[in-house]
Amino acid sequence: MRVPTASKVPLLDVRNLSKTYRSGQERIAVLRGACLRVEAGESVALTGESGSGKSTLLHLIAGLDQADGGSIRFDETEVTALADRGRAALRRNRLGLVFQQFNLIPSLTVADNLAFQARIAGRHDSRWQSDLVDRLGLGDLLKRYPEQLSGGQQQRVAIGRALAVRPPLLLADEPTGNLDEATADEVMDLARDLIRQTGCGFLMVTHSARIAATLDRQILLSAGLIA
Amino acid sequence: MKQGLWILAVLLSHWRRHPTQLATLLVGLISATALWSGVQALNQQARTSYDRAAAVFGGTRVAMLVGRDSTFSQKLFVDLRRAGWPVSPVLEGRVRVGGRSLRLLGIEPVTFPAETGTIPSIRTSDLQTFIVPPGEALVAPETLSQVGAAEGATLRTDEGAMLPPLKVQAQLAPGVMVVDVGVAQRILHLPGQLSRLLIGQTRGTRAPLEAIAGDKLRYVAPDAETDLERLTDSFHLNLSAFGLLSFLVGLFIVNSAIGLAFEQRMPMLRTLRACGVSSRMLNGTLLAELMMVALVAGLIGLVCGYLIAAALLPDVASSLQGLYGARIPGELTLTPQWWAAGLAMSAVGTLAAAATSLLKAIRAPVLAMAQPYARQQTQQRWLGWQGLAALAMLVAAIAVLIVGNSLISGFAILAALLLGAALALPVLLGFVLRIGERSARGPLAMWFWADSREQLPGLSLALMALLLALAVNVGVGTMVESFSRTFATWLDGRLAADVYVNARDDAQARDIQTSLRARPEVTAILPSGRAEIEIGGWPVEVLGLADHATYRDRWPLLESAPHAWDDVRSGRAALVSEQLARRLNLRLGGRLDVSTPDGAWSLNIAAIYADYGNPKGQIVVNIDAFTSRFPNLPRTRFGLRVTPDKIAPLIDDMRKTFHLDESRLSDQSTLKAESTQIFNRTFTVTAALNTFTLGVAGVALLTSLLTLSNSRLPYLAPLWAIGLTRRQLAGIELLKTLSIAFFTALLALPLGLLVAWCLIAVVNVRAFGWRLPLHVFPLHLAELLGVAMLASLLAMLVPVARLIRMPPAALIKVFADER
Repeated sequence: MRVPTASKVPLLDVRNLSKTYRSGQERIAVLRGACLRVEAGESVALTGESGSGKSTLLHLIAGLDQADGGSIRFDETEVTALADRGRAALRRNRLGLVFQQFNLIPSLTVADNLAFQARIAGRHDSRWQSDLVDRLGLGDLLKRYPEQLSGGQQQRVAIGRALAVRPPLLLADEPTGNLDEATADEVMDLARDLIRQTGCGFLMVTHSARIAATLDRQILLSAGLIA
Repeated sequence: MKQGLWILAVLLSHWRRHPTQLATLLVGLISATALWSGVQALNQQARTSYDRAAAVFGGTRVAMLVGRDSTFSQKLFVDLRRAGWPVSPVLEGRVRVGGRSLRLLGIEPVTFPAETGTIPSIRTSDLQTFIVPPGEALVAPETLSQVGAAEGATLRTDEGAMLPPLKVQAQLAPGVMVVDVGVAQRILHLPGQLSRLLIGQTRGTRAPLEAIAGDKLRYVAPDAETDLERLTDSFHLNLSAFGLLSFLVGLFIVNSAIGLAFEQRMPMLRTLRACGVSSRMLNGTLLAELMMVALVAGLIGLVCGYLIAAALLPDVASSLQGLYGARIPGELTLTPQWWAAGLAMSAVGTLAAAATSLLKAIRAPVLAMAQPYARQQTQQRWLGWQGLAALAMLVAAIAVLIVGNSLISGFAILAALLLGAALALPVLLGFVLRIGERSARGPLAMWFWADSREQLPGLSLALMALLLALAVNVGVGTMVESFSRTFATWLDGRLAADVYVNARDDAQARDIQTSLRARPEVTAILPSGRAEIEIGGWPVEVLGLADHATYRDRWPLLESAPHAWDDVRSGRAALVSEQLARRLNLRLGGRLDVSTPDGAWSLNIAAIYADYGNPKGQIVVNIDAFTSRFPNLPRTRFGLRVTPDKIAPLIDDMRKTFHLDESRLSDQSTLKAESTQIFNRTFTVTAALNTFTLGVAGVALLTSLLTLSNSRLPYLAPLWAIGLTRRQLAGIELLKTLSIAFFTALLALPLGLLVAWCLIAVVNVRAFGWRLPLHVFPLHLAELLGVAMLASLLAMLVPVARLIRMPPAALIKVFADER
């Protein structure tokens, strides 16, 4: 186990995180004491083989699931100590989440999808949203529904929704996994620009070494441990 | 708050994108609420009328003193008041106004007990107007329109007596006219006579009743329930049972629609959670959304329920009047409680129908876990539990059949039987489809059976609804047909004489009989008598009949001892109605004690006969024995046997000669037509509700197929990709659904016959006290099978047409979406 050395208080500090799943009679240890730090404004790629625990780690950081042991400290908040309501508030107000499956709300238009998280967080900023629309090139698509968009367009909406609350940290789980190479590059370029502009940290799970190489730092997760 | 509204807006956006699903949900809820609240409106209307009637009669809700004869002297009232009894006089009789018979009620407003709670305006400002000549005749608004007069009009009775000016009192029952007791005595030609004395609740010392009135008056204790309520309970329970069944069938639709909506929205709910909506907030908003839908659908359902009730009210009113003499106004008046109860029922129904989906959503983890095999295993396990539950229900039905003895237990048997069968349906269908799969040859046939089995969970609720509706339809249809067939024969036996006469008094009866003996077309005069008694606390009519072939050959005996009629003629035996025999557990050869003015009359039970539709018990004795035991009763009734083609002229002559109106002189064919109409109408409401229920089941099937068709693409696209045309696929889909519906309908037929048996042999016997012979009508069964298949075909038309017209791009998209 290798704990990154800290020069200042990190935005995200994960220590000795463990998580075990049960499959029938078998117990599978997905994370076995993983440690990770992300500084404010830093872009980090989390790579590893399938089943190495990348997505699990990301879900635990986002408070989508609960860890069995260890600590997740995000911006002065101990995530593992939060109850469901607190974790929901954390995701709503201070995190942006992007998934491989886009996870847009199919019954809302692009405009409503973009504004959704900011609205429920009570931080809707129409000027910022309009800026996001321009930068993400969604101006002509605002009245469309997700099913009427291509995969790349849907992922751009998902990124816009996540950044609409100006979160200190953006978490992305294989955001280019469903996209072809050119579209993936295009989406990543846009994401990186926006992240740079907002100054938020970025932690991305990816299989692609090529895309991982475009970020500030790469971390390899292997058999539940940071290599 | 704002956050909740945004979440609610997102949840509601699903319905905007899936209007068919919303329509399905609303149709289910509206149907369920409408049918339930419609039936409740009818029941409430009837009960209000009974209350009005009971209150006006000053009847069973108030303690009273009644005479040994129909009237008694007013002097007793004066004596009792002087002795400290808080009594108030009532005189009751009937008058005819414009050919309509009205119940005339004479009261004394000053002493009228306050607890009867009626005619309040007399007690305040209008007392003088009511008492001082010409006085007032208070009537209900319905009565005013029946006699075709305006308020303030002064009418005469058909006999020429002048009535006081009419005044409307909304609290009064229809068909009742309330006047001052002195006015009533004048109109009814009963000066100084009273029918009963109502007793107020004033406390104080009073002399014993016997010391003042001797044995001329007897005390009748107040009763919480009116006679009408008791008599009509079974009728209303019957209606409620149908309302509840329709409600449940409607909820099947709701359950199916909500289930699908929640299934489709599961990813959306996960996204909401991922975006930071807490589970408490999400669950609360889901609940609020459901309540909003329930409220809107409930309100529309209540309006529809009102319309249904208004449409059925004439038949219900006619049935209740024909069967029990209960008068129900022709216009619905609904209370705020009815609206509130309807909305509550809609909300409770929505929650019940959504419970499983809601729980699933509440318990769903934020992260989706794809475990198709586990889900399949869960489904199999659930099917096993369902089979066990079905078995438990059927065992419960048998247990209640053996142990239970009340009407409620009769309905409990029906409910357990139907619920058990519905729960067993998916298990049985799964079994049939598995057999089909095993015996299939060729890949397409194997896929046909396997895919049908795959489709079964999605269709099973709609199929259950179809099974229930069909089974109840078969059951009720068979009962009504059996009744109709039996009733015609029974009526022939009961209305054996050609003409029925009820003279005004004994003298007129003698005059009429003397005149008839001189007419050759009158082949027999059959005197009869009727006395009202109580046996074991139950009202019983004693019928005295002449010993004549007219009755011997045609009276509808169910079982009889040898020489039964000879025994009756001897005066030692009686024929007993089926209701009375069941009620008092009387058997052939047993004995029955009848109280008469002469003392107890012990009678041997010589036969038991059918007396359908009579809420009272009845016994038949010989007329001579009857007359000797009840010597003081009028001998005004008799029947006539007349040469068939001379009946009409004879009746015309008798009307002219003896001034007998329709109530005193009627012919057999008119009576038969009236009786048949009453009994037909009794089942009109049931038949209408039956049809509604079948319609709702059809809608349930349609909506299930429509919603299911949306999720069928991933199953069909691979077949299309390997070379089957869309038309072929549509054909296969149609065949599959029709096959499943056919199996369901086939199962519904024996279940329906079982329901019919249950209605005839258990529910009817416990509700009315009589049992019908069960007839099976194969043509009716074949018709219903056809209707079920037609409903399934119609329900399939839209999904099939949609599939045939589906653009290839939509099918290709299935593969494009695969990850």
